[in-house]
Formats: sequence, C-alpha cells, structure tokens
Amino acid sequence: MVSKSTSDKPIGVVGAGSFGTAVSNILAEKNKKVLLYARTPQRAQEINDSRKSAGQQLHERIEITNDLEKIGRQCDVIFPIVPSANFRSMMKELSPYLRPYHILIHGTKGFDLNVNLRKIDPTNPLSREHVRTMSEVIKEESSVVRIGCLAGPNLAREISEKKPAATVIASHFDEVIKVGQNLLKTDRFLIYGSNDLIGIELCGILKNIIAVGAGTINGLELGENAKALFISRGLVEMVHIGTALGGNAQAFLGLAGVGDLVATSSSSLSRNFTVGNRLAKGESIDEIIESMEEVAEGVKTIDIINELSRTYDVRCPITETLHRIIKKEMSVGDAHRYLMKFPLRAEIDFL
Amino acid sequence: MARKQKKYPEIIPRTQQWPIVQLARDRKQFVEEVSKESFDNLQKITRGRSLREELEMTVYREKLRIKANPWRVDPKDDKLFWKSIQERLADSSGLPPEEAKAIEEGLLSEIIHRYAEEISGNFKKNSYRFARSFITFGFARLLNATRVKGLTSLFSRQLDLDDKIHIVGETEHIRELAKRGTVVMVPTHFSNLDSILIGWVIQFLGLPAFIYGAGLNLFNLKIFAYFMNSLGAYKVDRRKKNAVYLETLKTYSSQALRRGCHSLFFPGGTRARDGRIEKALKLGLLGTTVEAQRIMYQQESADTPARKIFIVPVVINYHFTLEAPSLINDYLKRTGQERYYKESDEFTTSYKIATFLFKFFTKGSNISVSIGRGMDILGNYVDKEGHSIDSNGQMIHTRDYFISQGQITVDPQREQEYVRILAKRIVEEFHKYNRVFASHLAAYTAFKMMERKNPKLDLYNLLRLPDEDLVLDYTEFKKAWKKLRKRVFKLEKKGKVSVGGHMRWKADEAIKLGLENVGMYHAKRPLIKKDDKVIIQNMNTLYYYHNRMEGYGLEKHI
Repeated sequence: MVSKSTSDKPIGVVGAGSFGTAVSNILAEKNKKVLLYARTPQRAQEINDSRKSAGQQLHERIEITNDLEKIGRQCDVIFPIVPSANFRSMMKELSPYLRPYHILIHGTKGFDLNVNLRKIDPTNPLSREHVRTMSEVIKEESSVVRIGCLAGPNLAREISEKKPAATVIASHFDEVIKVGQNLLKTDRFLIYGSNDLIGIELCGILKNIIAVGAGTINGLELGENAKALFISRGLVEMVHIGTALGGNAQAFLGLAGVGDLVATSSSSLSRNFTVGNRLAKGESIDEIIESMEEVAEGVKTIDIINELSRTYDVRCPITETLHRIIKKEMSVGDAHRYLMKFPLRAEIDFL
Repeated sequence: MARKQKKYPEIIPRTQQWPIVQLARDRKQFVEEVSKESFDNLQKITRGRSLREELEMTVYREKLRIKANPWRVDPKDDKLFWKSIQERLADSSGLPPEEAKAIEEGLLSEIIHRYAEEISGNFKKNSYRFARSFITFGFARLLNATRVKGLTSLFSRQLDLDDKIHIVGETEHIRELAKRGTVVMVPTHFSNLDSILIGWVIQFLGLPAFIYGAGLNLFNLKIFAYFMNSLGAYKVDRRKKNAVYLETLKTYSSQALRRGCHSLFFPGGTRARDGRIEKALKLGLLGTTVEAQRIMYQQESADTPARKIFIVPVVINYHFTLEAPSLINDYLKRTGQERYYKESDEFTTSYKIATFLFKFFTKGSNISVSIGRGMDILGNYVDKEGHSIDSNGQMIHTRDYFISQGQITVDPQREQEYVRILAKRIVEEFHKYNRVFASHLAAYTAFKMMERKNPKLDLYNLLRLPDEDLVLDYTEFKKAWKKLRKRVFKLEKKGKVSVGGHMRWKADEAIKLGLENVGMYHAKRPLIKKDDKVIIQNMNTLYYYHNRMEGYGLEKHI
C-alpha cells in the first residue's frame, strides 16, 4: 500500500490560479517535484521568469509547464484546479494522456453545464443530467476512475501565508484519500477523508451562493446579526437542494459544508463574497466580472441552482432572490426586505 | 417474417479441450484447491470476530436452517454433521489457546470442504452431449408443433427455429471473445425458463459449455438435477448466508474463471419479482470477476499473458412471464422488507413444469435474446480483438486499473468499488438492449393512464380499484400509446433502448398484437379490447408488465 510520505514521480497540478498555486506550494513542501501547468505558453513563461503565480511566491521544487502530455506521462497523481467553465475542455485535452492507473483529485467548486441555458424552458427543464460535478466530468471524459475532490475552508491567500488550515478529500476510493493525505498533509495542513464524493463536491459548489449573499449583507452594512441569520438560513437551503441533487445531509454539517461556508461568507479574501459586496454598493454584475482577475463561481451557480430548484420543486428563496438581483429585477435592499418577510419553515428537518 | 438465422459452427469442436471438461476431470483436485484458498481467505478477513465466534454463528444458523426450512435435496447427514461440529467446538472451549485454535481451524476446514463438495458441479461430458441434443431436438420439435403444422409435426424432420426465438446483437463478437478469453454472460432474469433458454443459446452459437450457479432448490427435482448437472451447473444455496459459505462460493467461482471456464451469472440474483429490469445487482458473485482478473494479472509472465475476462450482457425479451402473477404478488406482499420466507415456487412438481412447457410451446409468442457487446471488468467496451476501449476510442489496458505507483496492488475496497461501477454499466446495457415490444408499451400506457386518472391514490390503493373504474377509452389509449412510441423511437435513435420489429407496424395493428400478447397465458389477461374500450382485468399483472418500461423517463410524456 501507499506508505511512503513522498512520491518519486512528480505530482501534477493543472491550473495556475490562486488555489492551484497554493496547492502546488503545499505539495512542493513534501514531494520531490511538482509540475504546474499554465494555460498559455506566455503565461508559463511569465510565471517561470518571475517565479510568482497569482501573487504567490513559487516553491523551488515547482516546475512550470505548458505541456499537458508531459503532465500525463510523468505524473501518477494529478490535481486539476481550473474554473468549471473550462474544466471539460481541459479534460478533453488531457484525456489522451490519461490511463486507468492515474489518480485525479480536483479542487474546482463549480458545475459543468452541458446545455445552453437559453434552450431551457418549462417543456425542457434543466435537470441533473445537464449539470455535472467535476468528478462526473472526469469520469465522462477519461478512463480514470480513481477520482477525488478537495473541499474545505481553504482561502488561497491564507494558505500561502502558511497559516494553519484543514481540508477534506472525498473519494469513493480509500486509496485516493490515503494518497492525497500522504501528499498534502503537513503540520499546519490537516486532511480529513470522506466517501461522500458528490455530497462534498456539492458543499463546495453551493456555499458560493451563500457567500455572494453574505457579501451583499456586508455591502449594505446590515450587521453581524443579519449575517449570522443569513448564513444559517443559507445552510438549510444548501442541505435541501444538495440532497435533492444526490448528496447526503451529513456532508453539509462538516468541514467542507459549514466550515467552508463560515470562511467564505465572512472574508473579503473570498471572490464570491466580494461579488456580493460590490453588488450591494451599486455596481452591475457585468462591471464586477469584467474587473475581476479570477472567476467567481457563485454567479454561474446561482443561475443553475435557480433553474434546478424549479425542476426539483425545492424552495430556494435565497438563490431565487440573488438571481433576481443579478438580473436587475430587484434591488439589493428590496431583496433583503423580502427575505426578512419570508416565513421561516420548520428549518432543521433533515437530521 | 421469413428471416433465416445462420447456423454457427462450434468454436472448439473437440470437447476434450473445453475448460469445463478439464475441470470436471480433476474435480477432486479442484475441490481441494477451492477449499484451501477459501480457508486462507477466511483467515485474512475476520470482520472483528474471532474464529470461534464465526464458527458458533455458522453452526447456529445452519441448525436454524435445518429446522426452519429443510429441502428434499439436503444431505441425509446434515443434522448429524452440524451436531458433531457443535459438540467438538464446545468440547474444545476449555483447552489451552493453541490447542483450541488447532481444533477450530480443523473444524473450519471440515465445513469448507463440505461446502465446496456441495457447490461443485457434476459435469459429465457424455450427458452434456445427450442433454444438449435433447434440448435442441426438443426445442425444435416443440416449436414446430406450435406453428400451423400442428402436433403431427412433432415428428417432422424439418428443424427450424427461425421465427420463434430471435438471437440478435453481437453474436459473432461473443464467439470471437470466447476464443480469446473467458466470457462471463450476464443475462436479465425474469423466468425460470431463462436458464434453459440460455443453455440453448450457448450451444446454438457454437460456444463451449458454460458453468453457472443454479439455485439448489432446482435440484430438488431429479429431472432438473440431471439437466443442471449435465449443463455445467454448480449449486448455490440461497438459504445459507453465513460468511464461510459465501466465501467458499466466491472462491469456487473465482477459481473456475481463472481456469478459463466461461461462466454465466444472473446478476440480479433471482427472478425480478416486480418485472422491472434489474437495477440492484448482486455484487458478490459479480465481484469474483474483478478479483479473478486481478489475480490473473498478478500471475502473468512474459510468455503466459493473463487471459482476459469479458462481460457480455444478455437481455431476454418475452411478451409474457408465466410466473408473473405469483411473482408480483410475492413482491407486493414483502415490498421493502427482506424477510425470511419460504420459497414458493411454481416449479415444484414435474406436472407443473410440463404444463408450463406445453403452454409455452403451443401458444405462439416471440422471444428475442439480445447479445450485448463485450466489456472488460470495469465496463469498458472491448473491440473485436478484446482490447478495452475508453469513451474517447483509445485503447487502454485493463491491468492499469490495479496499478498503484507502478505496481499491481491488492486493495479490496478498491475492487469493491470497481464491482459497483461494473454493475452500473451492466444495468445501462440492459436498458439499452431491452427490446420494447408492443405488449410492454400497451401495459405501460394503460397503467400510467390509470395513475393519471387517480393522482391521489398510492400504489396499493391503485391496485385495489374496483372493476368498473378499470376501463379506458380506446381512442385516448391509442393516442397515448402512439405518443409514447414516438419517445421510444427517439430513445432508440440515441442508442438507449432497442425496439421489436413489429413496433413499426400501423398503430392499430401493433396495439392489437400487443394487447393479445401481454400476459397471454394468465387465467385473466391483464388487458383486453372490447368495442371501443380497453378493459383492465388484472391490475397486479398489469403493474408487473408495465414495470419493464420503467427507468426510461417515459412517464413525463403521458
């Protein structure tokens, strides 16, 4: 079995965004070599010259590459961490170099949408078939079956500053969890394991919605009580829609659920929180997206969950309201007045 | 439909070389090997129990079985044997640990050996020949008789099975695979007739005999026992659920696979009681394919490459299932709960079997057997040469699934997950090769229309609707049926289901055929047409037949 603490083969990381870079740095601490893939040759060159990526200093054992074939051929374990919108196309490019012995542990917290939202209407409602988690995309696009995901309160900036943190690796395979633990675990980075792959993926995805909402509360300066109210109601909403989409309620109460939710809903280091904050200050969604360097997954997730909640008949007042804000059908202030009037249901009925 | 089925020559004409014949020849040694390996495996997996506890549990359960559910086929000394085990186990409890352990191990080995002997088939080459020709002959003659020719044609020399049983799908492929590796056939299971039918299909396709696990209850009858034994069956006793038995059974299957015996599993375990295409497959025996494949890769060398195991799904399509009424009643009685119950079986007397066969052969109704494309043990399709192909069409090595950091490793949890993946793939393939007949769709349409009419009722109340409510307007029925047929054709285009040829007939004619055929042997046919009405005569069997079309998302279109 896997007992060695380090790997002789290089570890691959696909995606040199802030989280990909942070993960590469942790991996480099324990392992001989990390291959970090950047999407364009220019970007790879820049990173290589400056030894800086997404504002973080690169560990000396990280090698930058723009060659997916190299990653596939040299690495047994690969961490794909690219925005959900590019994930499938990246997998299509990587897939020819993947074999069943590969282990893939992704760190992307968004959905893949394999249909045009414009084609969705009441006669052809958006369903789970159209919406895939990243582990499902990996399975569809390659022969890899040993798949896992990373989720938890992992604000990239704090990790790069070497502050303590923990994460969850979820996989149907104990082997994948063990391998991930061996590669990533350090004195200040704890790794929990879970077998509820879909549940844990959904935690990471759905919490982004609530983070956007918490950002709006911050922007309106409604105070900590309101934010706490919002977050705890948000959690209930996450559980309801999450279980409808195939997760277990338990996952949402752990580190990847509550843990991540608390971190992203109260920090200006979170992109999704920032989006909400700026919405409340009166900027339009297009302006915000335009000016951001990296993708805030929450915006796309709000669209998708708004549709799915109709299909599966799960009331998601928070998602619905945020959707209306984004579509400019409602002001942020009206939205919160509306939510305050929304009757509380018998909340915790999933335990 | 005058369609000539081709005749297939045997792929290994010399039966001497059939793996199953070789297995039968050194049966004794094989039983020894199975016993030894099961013993070793059981030592490894303790599941938090001591060996003594495991033995006590086994004795307890076996004694309970003997008392609560004895069968004619059980050996005469069953009671004595378990009593003796129990006594020796009790006597040894006061001994010093090492001595006690030696005795415990001795007892374990004795039990395993007894199980292995019991499971082990009694294949005889010569009676296989006889049974085979008997069945071929019998089938052909009886089928002739069913056609216009009448009973006298029983004695006609003209053999043609052409229009009764259609074998469709990847027939050349399975023959090719059987030459290159070990084939594991996994058919759907609706009727007791399936084993005989598949036996016939195997020999018709010119494949060497397969081994398969048959319920021990079928051996209760001497005549069945004779055919089962000669067709290569080994015995599976569903009453025995103790760990020692299950391990021995799995080892038996795994070793036979490693020796290259083509095998047949009914992955649903037992006949689908609710008429649905199996969704929850039994993972135990299926898991032996994954394990056997891994062990073969571990043992391979440069000059003896590992044989590959190919999984071939097979879907058997009937218009009817003889046992439907009792199966569905059974199902409804115990929905949701798996209680310990006595097997109630239609196949308990020779008379009942005879009437069944007579009905089957004398009433015209098509059967089609669809042979699916071969897959490796992870459910990847294989090409003509048996190479695994991934979803992008690139060739992959099955061996790689067992590799961690460059080496084959043994990881039971991983393999358990692989079995789950394989099971899911088999279910997908079942749906894909399931051939929709007009009768299935008629049953589905009628049942769903009743559901729509009574939205407030749950299943049980729906089934209890009074007769006067069980009437549908034919024009409406036809409209709904046609709409669903359109969806079915769409699904067919996407490769998600297959469709019987008669489904393309004019709607009225196809519906007529469907109504005539749905559950045609039952005392009360579930559906009949009377003037401009469609009348439901039996909701339970209608529910049963309707279930066959569940799982395609058709309910949205009614």
